[in-house]
Amino acid sequence: MTELDRTGDRSPVPADWTYAPAPESRDIVRLRERYGLFVGGEWLEPSETYETISPASEEPLAIVAQATAEDVDRAVGAAREAFANGWSSLPGSERAKYLFRIARILQERAREFAVLESLNGGKPIKESRDVDLPLAAAHFFYYAGWADKLEYAFPNRRPKPVGVAGQIIPWNFPLLMLAWKIAPALACGNTVVLKPAETTPLTALLFCDVLRQAELPAGVVNIVTGDGRTGAALVEHEGVDKIAFTGSTEVGKAIQRQLAGSGKKLTLELGGKAANIVFDDCALDQAVEGIVNGIYFNQGHVCCAGSRLFVQESICEPVVDKLKRRLETLRVGDPLDKNTDVGAINSAMQLEKIRELVDSGREEGAEIYQPPCRLPEKGYWFAPTVFTNVAQSYRIAQEEIFGPVLSVLTFRTPEEAVEKANNTPYGLSAGVWTEKGSRILWMAQQLRAGVVWANTYNRFDPTSPFGGYKESGFGREGGLHGLEPYLRFDE
Amino acid sequence: MSDRLPVKKTYKLFIGGTFPRSESGRTYEAEGQNVARASRKDVRDAVRAARAAQPGWAAATAYNRGQVLYRLAEMVEARVPEFAELCSGRDEVERSIDRIVWYAGWADKLPQVLGGSNPVAGPYFNFTVPEPTGVVAVLAPEEPALLGLVTRVLPPLVGGNAVVAVASDQRPLAAVELAEAIATSDVPAGVVNLLTGFCAELGPILASHMDVNALDIAGADGDAAELERLAAENVKRVVHGRADAQSPWEIASFLELKTVWHPIGR
Repeated sequence: MTELDRTGDRSPVPADWTYAPAPESRDIVRLRERYGLFVGGEWLEPSETYETISPASEEPLAIVAQATAEDVDRAVGAAREAFANGWSSLPGSERAKYLFRIARILQERAREFAVLESLNGGKPIKESRDVDLPLAAAHFFYYAGWADKLEYAFPNRRPKPVGVAGQIIPWNFPLLMLAWKIAPALACGNTVVLKPAETTPLTALLFCDVLRQAELPAGVVNIVTGDGRTGAALVEHEGVDKIAFTGSTEVGKAIQRQLAGSGKKLTLELGGKAANIVFDDCALDQAVEGIVNGIYFNQGHVCCAGSRLFVQESICEPVVDKLKRRLETLRVGDPLDKNTDVGAINSAMQLEKIRELVDSGREEGAEIYQPPCRLPEKGYWFAPTVFTNVAQSYRIAQEEIFGPVLSVLTFRTPEEAVEKANNTPYGLSAGVWTEKGSRILWMAQQLRAGVVWANTYNRFDPTSPFGGYKESGFGREGGLHGLEPYLRFDE
Repeated sequence: MSDRLPVKKTYKLFIGGTFPRSESGRTYEAEGQNVARASRKDVRDAVRAARAAQPGWAAATAYNRGQVLYRLAEMVEARVPEFAELCSGRDEVERSIDRIVWYAGWADKLPQVLGGSNPVAGPYFNFTVPEPTGVVAVLAPEEPALLGLVTRVLPPLVGGNAVVAVASDQRPLAAVELAEAIATSDVPAGVVNLLTGFCAELGPILASHMDVNALDIAGADGDAAELERLAAENVKRVVHGRADAQSPWEIASFLELKTVWHPIGR
């Protein structure tokens, strides 16, 4: 029997937490040496390229295209042609069947995609396998069903496709964000030019093979990889009727400015600094799990991450103690290891940003805690971090860190919790932990956020609308509401 | 025929339930009257009044909001001849009243039409409800003077927002009359604020105001692109309102959707 540690007030835990390595095999993924641009159903040779790497090892994975304005122009042209030549006039029931096919193929090839997602993005295989892939497939399945039912979703409005949708997605959930963007766009009869994030292009490029297998007509989906310049070219392009962007608030504002007066439809899903609020009557252990899931899920690279923890003053000490102990059990390391809880930081640039903000937290006077953990030498890593003694004015309580860094603040009354939680320009999500039903509903009403998780956190579903208040953006993705951005109405 | 001299009305702004002159002391002549010409400071005061009043208005029951707006229709109905003189005529006034009544009826129907419960794949109860976006700035269309203003102000209002509206530049008197009707209805002070003045001057101030959540540029004349650019600074929702629109989707443009999750378990 394992020796148990019974020191202090701790409940019994095994003294030795060492796990044997359990790496998922990489063999299932066959990468090409280089990828071009997926335009009009074909691979075009790019004029400029860059190397995409694994953030966990810094090893190069493939050469991919840095799409130029000309490349974007070709992609938009292909999308426009596909829109005019059949896709927009295809009966909804036929469009639906393509989307159902895509959903099924994603399910069939889920393991391959999950491994590649972890390889290119650094997220734990446990998450890409159990969250990203099932949700991506479910998203296509859900919107497939809407394709021939739009009239029922919008009675008396005569819904019509918008045209060509330009879609720009982030690096935190590369394939899932692709699904969030492409599935509703296609269901509504639009064609798409999608730009994956600079650091995570590979699952989007592998997705082109799914499109081939699904026999989706050429040009309905076009994928152009590249950095912000590619995105800007897409936003600017006159042949694009709608822009959907998920990313930082700063870039979102720039896009909104750029599109001023253009008449293009726009949806923005931007940053967040969510409050996760824990009351003294909560189920404490569940709340601690929820706090951990809220901020360390996907290395904290989550726009709706519960990055500001508000604990009712009377239970602050036990919560922080439990949290620190829980942190000691988090396994940080190889994203492909099935036991890994926290993977690699997505890029050197993001790591730099996290470090800079964490340094500011120290300098402003917050108290830092990081559990002892050995970080790999190569790659980009950051230990799970908790800041206590945080004032509302500190940068770590105001700015989105987008990393595994939690700021702990306290409150006394529900009113104070609401006041502090809402004191941010963001309004994407929030969490509430209490066993009191009426308080949950009151808090849910008061919090200015698009998603409120009560006694849970970071749950997603294709049927559940997601999107922000205030500077976290506008428009919803998911659910019936997620169709509207991709339709115009002849009212 | 009496030789009594009539008492003439001073046309003022409507901010926080009161009728101040412009703090700038400025007026301009429109429709033969001296009308207050609102300034940047008046805009700020109006936004502050709207922000203060908004939570209470949003917290009122939907039934109550519907009745308050219906009461507004009653107040306008009582002044039909006065309004008729200040717009294109009786027909426009009657259509305005009917539109107020139509929107009043929406107050307690929005959550069922725009929201609902979502069948997530897991043991969670999940529902979506519409909520007001906050403070909404409305640049009312130049024409029709009364119906255009009513058409643009009612949708944000019925959804629980507070409104700062800029009246038609050249036909502002109907807006001042409407302010008087609002003041005598049960609409709480500050929930609707009406400014007279120049849209070209006040529009950019509202578009760049960091405590305004949404902007309806129905009355923006040619400078819509610049207003949209300014609005991006705090990610305002920008609505290109039409002077004749009437639908629940007009209301929806000024609403946020909130989705709440809760586990289901024994």
